[in-house]
Amino acid sequence: MNAELFFQYIVAGLTYGIIYAIVAIGFNIIYNTTGIINFAQGEFVMLGGMTAVTLNHFMPLPLAIAAAVMITMIVGALIEIVFIRWLENPSVLRMIIITIGLSILIREAALHIWGEGVRALPYFTGNEISSLEFFGVRISPQVLWVLGVCTVIVVFLNLFFNFTLLGRQMRACAANRNAARLCGIKAGNIVTLSFVLSAGIGAVAGCVVSPITYVQYNSGTGLAIKGFTVAILGGLGNSTGAVAAGIFLGMIESFSIWVMPTAYKDAIAISVLLAVLFVRPSGLFGRSDIMKLKEF
Amino acid sequence: MLHRKSVQTAILLSVVVGVQLLTRATDTGYFLTQLTMSAYYVLVITGLCLLMGYAGQISLGHAGFFAMGGYLSAFMTTHNLLKFRGSVPVSLLEKAGVLVTRQDLYGAEILHVHPWVACIVAVLFTVAVAYIVGGPVLKLKGHYLAMATLGLGIIVYRIVLGSAIFGEADGLSDVPALTLLPGLEVSGRLSQRISNYYIAWGLVILSFVSLLNLVNSRVGRALRAIHGGEEAASAMGVDTAGYKLHTFVLSAGFAALAGVFLTHYNGGIGPSEASVMKSVRYVAIVAAGGMANLWGALTMGTILNFLSLRGYFGSFDDAVFGAILIIIMLFAPEGIMRRDFLGAVKQIISGGDKGQQDGHTQRQ
Repeated sequence: MNAELFFQYIVAGLTYGIIYAIVAIGFNIIYNTTGIINFAQGEFVMLGGMTAVTLNHFMPLPLAIAAAVMITMIVGALIEIVFIRWLENPSVLRMIIITIGLSILIREAALHIWGEGVRALPYFTGNEISSLEFFGVRISPQVLWVLGVCTVIVVFLNLFFNFTLLGRQMRACAANRNAARLCGIKAGNIVTLSFVLSAGIGAVAGCVVSPITYVQYNSGTGLAIKGFTVAILGGLGNSTGAVAAGIFLGMIESFSIWVMPTAYKDAIAISVLLAVLFVRPSGLFGRSDIMKLKEF
Repeated sequence: MLHRKSVQTAILLSVVVGVQLLTRATDTGYFLTQLTMSAYYVLVITGLCLLMGYAGQISLGHAGFFAMGGYLSAFMTTHNLLKFRGSVPVSLLEKAGVLVTRQDLYGAEILHVHPWVACIVAVLFTVAVAYIVGGPVLKLKGHYLAMATLGLGIIVYRIVLGSAIFGEADGLSDVPALTLLPGLEVSGRLSQRISNYYIAWGLVILSFVSLLNLVNSRVGRALRAIHGGEEAASAMGVDTAGYKLHTFVLSAGFAALAGVFLTHYNGGIGPSEASVMKSVRYVAIVAAGGMANLWGALTMGTILNFLSLRGYFGSFDDAVFGAILIIIMLFAPEGIMRRDFLGAVKQIISGGDKGQQDGHTQRQ
């Protein structure tokens, strides 16, 4: 393998890794405030991408993306209000099954609305064949968009959770919901907000990646599984860990093509996850003593 | 107890025979094909019911075990070994009577593993895989367990979809019949339709009655204790890891057996049998049946699979199962076929077994 190809693999791995990390962060936000894993997270990504493509027929691209993100956020809020809010102390098994059911329903609805066709937004700058060259490595401008937007999201979330009242309220709910309630925080609304936030982030990710990866009614499932893998690898609830784990998984996938057929790419990613789960269930960056204290 | 068991078996047998006579009387014999296929899915579902409902361990990867059994059996009975005939291992196998020759669809001669041997090897292999991965997987709980079992299913799906020897997206076809007795074979031949219906449901009744015995025994009580509280069960001296592993392996074995039989019945298998949606569908049916309720799993498994296979759900096939999952889990996490509802009916039939009944109501 020559150096140029090597760097090309690195760029591909980085791109996919960042996409997985964004989906994983969506998982983490809901997990942190409610302790449940939202198996419908990948469907938010798909919904964002699909809605933006449709709206783009009627309005310019930035407006279409903004509207698509808003619509997905509303869907996220509705899901929480209709299906989650009124359950009292639901068991983990019950929540897993409900969110799996929701993901199926959203996917089937998308199938009936948009059909089986594969869609994509136009490239934000340039087109399919335009590329920038860095030290002999060719990079599509859209890849830079993905990296840029994802960096902005991660920085924004860090600022939000650390320096705003609302962000701190969300963290308080994550730490101890009853104590947060006693301090006058409306825990119910915070949970709704976490769904809105993670739906919004998923939708943004769906819009940014759609020119590269395309979007289809069932493209959410694959992303959700990868995102979940990354969330666990990075330690559930740990967003910085998720970015590191995302890039790690992206690299593994990217380089696995070098030695194995592409068809086994997913199987390799999952095998890595299983290996980590068996050896170190707290994830690569999680702490095992904290893990033992968590409720399942 | 003996009286109760024979009554239950008699009820099952008479329903199975009754349905067959009904299709004969109403001239709807073609229903038997879907009923036979439903029976094999019911076999998976009752096994999963034991694991999810009684031992309390979710598995989102049972379609993987089903496909593993089906694919291995299909592969061994369709892969042509003729060109290796000269080699030592193949000739040894042939001398041992493990290999047979037949003509394929195009009339060419094909040397392959005997269906019986293939069936046994496929089930044993799946059980071995379940045994090996079950240990580390079942140490996990909650989301981690769901993800790990989901991952197992996806790996199987990706392997069968990506491997040329498993036919990639086309799957494997031209799988020969599995002859049980002379004149009695598992195959999709029209002349064998009624006998296949009885083979499938015979298998279901046999396994169902064994499962009923199991859950009403010491093992069943241990499993329910694990479901109620693993630490508590462990403190009472229940070997929680062992019971969970054995239940997992047993239900994987059921899935593999069902996969093998359905593959021979259909004459082929495709990658969709290993898909995540299939695993989710099994979970949905167990949930609809009431989780810790074998009778519910049996009833719901038969009805929903039959309706789905007949195409009554149209293009909403997957959506129906998604909706079932949500509705059941939101409004009746214990399922709509509650023990206390069915129990009341059963009590009238079997003449009552009050102690048993109270035990169940308390648990809920």
